[in-house]
Amino acid sequence: MQALESYIDLYKNYSKTLSSSCSDLMNSHRDRAFDSFSKLGFPDTKMEDYHNCDLQKVLSYDFGMNLNRLHIPTNPYGVFSCDVPNLSTKLFFVVNDKFYKNEKPVVLPKGVLCGSLNELTQTRANLLEPYFAKLSDKSQDGMVQFNTSFLQDGFVLYVPANVRLERPIQLIQVLQSPADLMVQRRVLVILEEGAHAQVLLCDHSLSSNRFFSNQVTEIFVGKGASMEYYELEMGHLSTTRVSNTLVSLESGSDLVMNGTILSNGMTRNNVTVRFNGKGSEANLSGMALGENDQFIDNHIFVDHAVPGCKSNALYKYVLDDSSRGVFGGKLLVEKDAQKTIAYQSNRNLCSTRQATMFSKPQLEIYADDVKCSHGSATGQLDESALFYMRSRGISESEARLLLKFAFTADVIDNIRLEPLRDRMKMLVEKRFRGELAKCAGCTTVNCS
Amino acid sequence: MSINESENIMLLEIKNLHASINGKEILKGINLMVNEGEVHAIMGPNGSGKSTLSSVLTGNPAFEVTEGEVWFRGKNLLDMPPEVRSREGIFLSFQYPVEIPGVSMVNFMRAAVNEHRKYRNEPALSASEFLKLMREKRSIVELDSKLANRSVNEGFSGGEKKRNEIFQMAMLEPKLSILDETDSGLDIDALRIVAQGVGKLRTTENSTIVITHYQRLLDYIVPDFVHILYNGRIVKTAGRELAIELEEKGYDWIKQEIDE
Repeated sequence: MQALESYIDLYKNYSKTLSSSCSDLMNSHRDRAFDSFSKLGFPDTKMEDYHNCDLQKVLSYDFGMNLNRLHIPTNPYGVFSCDVPNLSTKLFFVVNDKFYKNEKPVVLPKGVLCGSLNELTQTRANLLEPYFAKLSDKSQDGMVQFNTSFLQDGFVLYVPANVRLERPIQLIQVLQSPADLMVQRRVLVILEEGAHAQVLLCDHSLSSNRFFSNQVTEIFVGKGASMEYYELEMGHLSTTRVSNTLVSLESGSDLVMNGTILSNGMTRNNVTVRFNGKGSEANLSGMALGENDQFIDNHIFVDHAVPGCKSNALYKYVLDDSSRGVFGGKLLVEKDAQKTIAYQSNRNLCSTRQATMFSKPQLEIYADDVKCSHGSATGQLDESALFYMRSRGISESEARLLLKFAFTADVIDNIRLEPLRDRMKMLVEKRFRGELAKCAGCTTVNCS
Repeated sequence: MSINESENIMLLEIKNLHASINGKEILKGINLMVNEGEVHAIMGPNGSGKSTLSSVLTGNPAFEVTEGEVWFRGKNLLDMPPEVRSREGIFLSFQYPVEIPGVSMVNFMRAAVNEHRKYRNEPALSASEFLKLMREKRSIVELDSKLANRSVNEGFSGGEKKRNEIFQMAMLEPKLSILDETDSGLDIDALRIVAQGVGKLRTTENSTIVITHYQRLLDYIVPDFVHILYNGRIVKTAGRELAIELEEKGYDWIKQEIDE
């Protein structure tokens, strides 16, 4: 509770400073969010959804936030080139919690907005006002309100009606600081009616400090629009990432979402998808590769609020060493949501005796004409398959690697973006071989 | 060791081998010698220990060797992990080949072939060399190219799985092949293809141990010796005629002879 009080005091002392550097739109949500935050507090392990995730312990450490907007000299272009081969993306950077102005202007179709949240909520306030914080304000998660209270910048993508972005938007978020740091990160993605976009978000820790990243992502997918959203976590062991992704789907829309955790210290990802209009489809998938004493917690909530929508969720964990995994999946089919098709599956591999997995699939159905299933299974590597492979001359370590890699194949296949799919296969293999620190894309990155 | 002496080294030498699983003794003192180029058939009633013998020879960790020695080309086989036994030249055609979803036959075989090559200090095969080798060896057992692109044994029929075993044997060119009931679950045509495949792979240097219930496989793979395994021991050894006699008379006469 001490941590909460100190952040409450911090807000009281610094709300003017925060407001002075931010847009009116961002500031207009601040006090209300702070009230919610004061009431909700930080999630604790007494709450059902946070039973296995002790954020309070991490938050008791004083990370320090860059409220005074001190300049931290970093040139992400200089230290980083995330070269997904054949994936020519429109590249953007967020350094810590600040949008990094592009070196060269990026050419995008007419009407598309892409850039700094602080800047665009100022210059295009009328356009963004109906969306910004619309989902987050309703959230009952203290971390979301904490974010809106202290928010200073972030990333916006706005795609007008019937515009299709041919090339993916890649947002690389780096953590680099001379001192330990907490950042509030924000992503706002709006696809108007009939629009199409692919977004790839990559998280990296560049300096060896302790980091706490608290992210809120709001995604609005309009009527008949289609959205692909990919997240790739490659933080280091001293990084804690809490993320809340809130998605709203209008009728006839299509969402593909994949979250992959290749490395990090502590991860808590909440994904909330709500169907607001008939005939929409959501394909959610995720993969978590744990090692050392890493902690990975994904909570997925799919809300079928209207009839005739389809959702599919597939999450897989491969846990090595003494890593711990948590999965919570909740599928809610509301009273009138007839003809809903909803599937959820969680499959986990504990490859050592020390690795642990907690899984809790939940299904709540209040309609009577639906097709739903959920399932969870946790196990070890198949001993008979291991022996079969070894009996052909394949070493035990290689056999384990092939089996672990095979286990992740169907999650990777959910990625529609082909160059990313190929790249992901390579990254996963490297990660299993312990070669990720030598990733070609990172020259100075400390991924170990 | 002089060259003359090395020529006298037995390919496989099993001395008083005892093995158990979960504390239950299955093999109770096996003695067997196999020379280069020989075919040995091991027959015996259900539960006599035939499959246990093949598992122990290939190093299946489920079994514990409690007594005895096994020498393979002058090296202590029991000291080697399963993968080293394979690289040294031992191959087991599994009675029940394992399905490995998500691991393609191509990746599986490439990993195996290249580990064998590395063991012999040979460079890894290039992608095109490897695919050429796959094509060549596939034809020996008429294995469909579609199967080669699928996951290991996944969704294969019983016959396809057995053909796939012999295909892998062709790829790895072992010195000693153990065929564990390779004929079980095969129809007449599949049996012929599999048996002829094994026949094509025979040389004067490599040897085969055929574990079977039936004489019919031995029509194709003609054994030099037939051993009867009963209750964890080899109780009778003779030439090919023993298999024919068993086919006619069953095992009861052997059991009576032993149990008396």
